[in-house]
Amino acid sequence: MDVVNQLQRQFIDYSASLHREGFLDDQFTQLQKLQDDNSPDFVVEVASLFFEDCEKLINNMARALEQQQGVDFKQVDASVHQLKGSSSSIGAMRVKDVCIAFRSFCEAQNRE
Amino acid sequence: MGNMATQTQFHVLAVDDSLIDRKLIERLLKTSSYQVTAVDSGSKALEFLGLNGENEDEEMDSSVESVSAADEDHQVGVNLIITDYCMPGMTGYDLLRKIKQSSSFKDIPVVIMSSENIPSRINRCLEDGAEEFFLKPVKLSDVNKLRPHLMKGITTKNEMQSNTNKRKGSEEIQSPDRTRPRYNELEVV
Repeated sequence: MDVVNQLQRQFIDYSASLHREGFLDDQFTQLQKLQDDNSPDFVVEVASLFFEDCEKLINNMARALEQQQGVDFKQVDASVHQLKGSSSSIGAMRVKDVCIAFRSFCEAQNRE
Repeated sequence: MGNMATQTQFHVLAVDDSLIDRKLIERLLKTSSYQVTAVDSGSKALEFLGLNGENEDEEMDSSVESVSAADEDHQVGVNLIITDYCMPGMTGYDLLRKIKQSSSFKDIPVVIMSSENIPSRINRCLEDGAEEFFLKPVKLSDVNKLRPHLMKGITTKNEMQSNTNKRKGSEEIQSPDRTRPRYNELEVV
């Protein structure tokens, strides 16, 4: 039982620090509240979907940015928009903020 | 017991092209004890409604205009539609217009969600019949706002029921079997 308590405390501390440092925001807390006995793996499922989504979108963006003939910023922007939406829905605040900055680069057609 | 058997479970149709958002809205709705069908496009949503519509027409001989689904207690009808605005192909706005133009479905409350806070967009949706406009990410407090709109539908249904009570008596019992299988096939998520 002690071990369980310890792990729980570690988890709580870690969560708190992620919130403090701005990685996660209130939306993530909302997700945690939605998890219950009927849906015990909800957070894990959504987080997994998010990671898959991220991978796919980042790959899309990388490919678009590597285009020799000229970067299709619209495509990059579309991917970032989706990523921004997903990260905002799960509470990944940092990712979302980065996306917002990214999009302004897209608008400026700034490859750097 | 006859007509007091009000729908204890409201059925919400959720439309969003993002899997994550679909999962989220589904959980939010289920937590609030709603029955949920989630689809990933406007056309799938119309398909779902269309199919339901056909079903009810067979049973209902009258010229009942509103959502026939909502009249019968146990049928898989839709009480509310919540849709994302930005979707490829048919946007949430297009879907809203189509629903409001349909004689069978125009009375179903429609709610729009969007990640972008654009006042002109919001106003246009509300003016064209959306009940509410939620900014994403959607929270439980937003979902709680849905209840009054759903309750409104129930009042109307009760009034209609008292008019058609005599006729409908036996039909109500048969309906669940007919519609359930159809509904299960379509569940996309």
